[in-house]
Amino acid sequence: MTRTVIEVKNLKKDFEVSQSFMNKMMRKPKLYVKAVDNISFKIKEKESFALVGESGCGKTTVGKILMRLINVTSGEVYVKGKNISKLNDPYKLKVYRRMTQMIYQDPFSSLDPRFKVYDILEEPLLIHNIGSSIAERRALIEEALENVRLTPPDEFIDRYPHMLSGGQRQRVAIARCLILNPDVIVADEPVSMLDVSVRAELLNLMKDLIEKQDLTYLYITHDVSTTRFFAKHIGVMYLGDIVEQGPVGNVLDNPLHPYTQALLTAIPEPEPERLDRIKEIPIRGDIPAGTNIPEGCRFHPRCPYAKRVCIEEVPDYKIPAERGHIVRCHFAGEIEYKFRVKVISDEGEVVKEEVIDAGEESDTAS
Amino acid sequence: MDDNTILKVNDLSTHYFTSRGAVKALDDASFELKGGQSMGIAGESGCGKSTLAFSLMRMVQPPGKIVKGSIDIRGLEVTDLSEKEARKKLRWQKISMVFQGAMDIMTPVYTVGYQMMEPLKYLKNIKGDEAKDICFKYLDMVNIDYELFYRYPHELSGGQKQRIVIATALLLDPDVVILDEPTTALDVVVEARIMNDLKLLKKKLNNSMIFITHDLSILAEISDKLAVMYAGYIVELGDAIEIYKNPKHPYTRKLIGAIPRLHVDVDRLEYIPGAPPELTNPPKGCRFHPRCDQAFDRCSQDEPGFHEVDGVKVMCHLYDRGA
Repeated sequence: MTRTVIEVKNLKKDFEVSQSFMNKMMRKPKLYVKAVDNISFKIKEKESFALVGESGCGKTTVGKILMRLINVTSGEVYVKGKNISKLNDPYKLKVYRRMTQMIYQDPFSSLDPRFKVYDILEEPLLIHNIGSSIAERRALIEEALENVRLTPPDEFIDRYPHMLSGGQRQRVAIARCLILNPDVIVADEPVSMLDVSVRAELLNLMKDLIEKQDLTYLYITHDVSTTRFFAKHIGVMYLGDIVEQGPVGNVLDNPLHPYTQALLTAIPEPEPERLDRIKEIPIRGDIPAGTNIPEGCRFHPRCPYAKRVCIEEVPDYKIPAERGHIVRCHFAGEIEYKFRVKVISDEGEVVKEEVIDAGEESDTAS
Repeated sequence: MDDNTILKVNDLSTHYFTSRGAVKALDDASFELKGGQSMGIAGESGCGKSTLAFSLMRMVQPPGKIVKGSIDIRGLEVTDLSEKEARKKLRWQKISMVFQGAMDIMTPVYTVGYQMMEPLKYLKNIKGDEAKDICFKYLDMVNIDYELFYRYPHELSGGQKQRIVIATALLLDPDVVILDEPTTALDVVVEARIMNDLKLLKKKLNNSMIFITHDLSILAEISDKLAVMYAGYIVELGDAIEIYKNPKHPYTRKLIGAIPRLHVDVDRLEYIPGAPPELTNPPKGCRFHPRCDQAFDRCSQDEPGFHEVDGVKVMCHLYDRGA
């Protein structure tokens, strides 16, 4: 059995909202945004766990907590058996940061424009005192560049970031993470700024590195369609909570939470026959503010299936037996994965409505 | 030219004259659009899709210049217009555009309504309640509450702003509407809803729409025609369904293969090795040949012409039956 590398238990993070001077004087109660609200998950060695959700659902906050960039409000984060959520000792932090690295979204701003590729990759080595001589460090840098397939390294080592394309820059950012030989990589939207072909190439590369360098990924993204290829497990976040998690194939083919179902319905698929069909997205309204999380099930104001119990009680995780994943919904397993499609005529009138069983549809696709 | 043809583009080329030489951002683009038809333009960044849009709007900034070709919108020759004429006759009335990152295009110091009414005021001299009625009509079409008309942009969400910008682009009932990456910065749920509204709008209005995006899966939902661009050329042009079902050009095939799929397990994603060429000095012959896995001798020698296969125009030597 493979070891668990990352274990997050009941993690909470509240951000205080800054108040106006008048409100402070009048002793108005402090407001908090519950960015992460009591989440738990595990990632095993050499696996990647995808956190998906809309913007503002708290997925990046989880990544930052894992990097120990921000403090937690409560809960524990174990990385390789050690609780890092209260880690403050500078020496231990330095050791910890050597084994966890982060890939950022925007390769155009995450690399210093005045540093050459060599300098960018040398900096982490200098900080962590790796490689006693220039020759030794240069060898390490060349190896890192080869690992991300920027070959031959000599051609890239003396370039500045502006001389590289977006995909090449993101490779340099990945090389900068790999050079310290980390165990854990937090990849925060690593490919969302890139073209579709470059995206595919980089995801292939990042997946290969799992075996080659014994990596464990936390893959944070809003692009659910890339998770099927890249991740093994997936957690769907909504307003700071993971509402559904499990093996990626199960969750994507058989989503049980109404939010996951709506999210998946909304994803465009490259199938052009749907020109005159309008897929109805089974979700209402907009995402509420993080300061004001609804009582009961946090999804109930937007849920098309909400009943009285959803408003009154916070649902527990349910484990629908054969599907292999857990869902926070009162009616998990009872809601069928269906959506309505309106067929429109050339004049823009709705001619007929159909109900499509998306579960069956995805079975035929795979 | 049959009656319903709204836009006719012929051999359009736009180059940017930089100190490093002319950047051939757009070469020999030709296509036609009918009323109510929508065309998707796809390609990687830097392939010339935005340049094509700016050329149609007559908005190419120096050092860029339309070097040859013609753009005909319902009998109006766009390339002959002076800047002043383009402002008075062309933009907003014949052709309008929703720009990339359109959400940030509104100024924060005026209300939404004031900004929406501006084109009506300056171009048609419609003011007051009359202008407001027109705005409300279009706000209705994009499912926006009238109340938002009196708000300031910072009070709105990204999706609402995007809808308002789309409504503004439609105000003067232009023949052609260009949407440049209309949903890129939005969440999937909002994106899906806006695409649904656009689908309905497309049916209801008789405008032609041009969608520009790198996301082929969005284009599949809305375009009747598809143009795939690579390094300044439209390399494949034709019926969208036909191209998706069976892409002809090796580039299109790879591009569609690179889309990660939601319900299909794959071991490796397909991708195109290498990077797009520098457009100051594009490769000889076919511009795609250095990255093409089906390239043969001729590809590095002659520039391919258009060949028609199953009603789709493809710029590739593979389909040259005559040779």
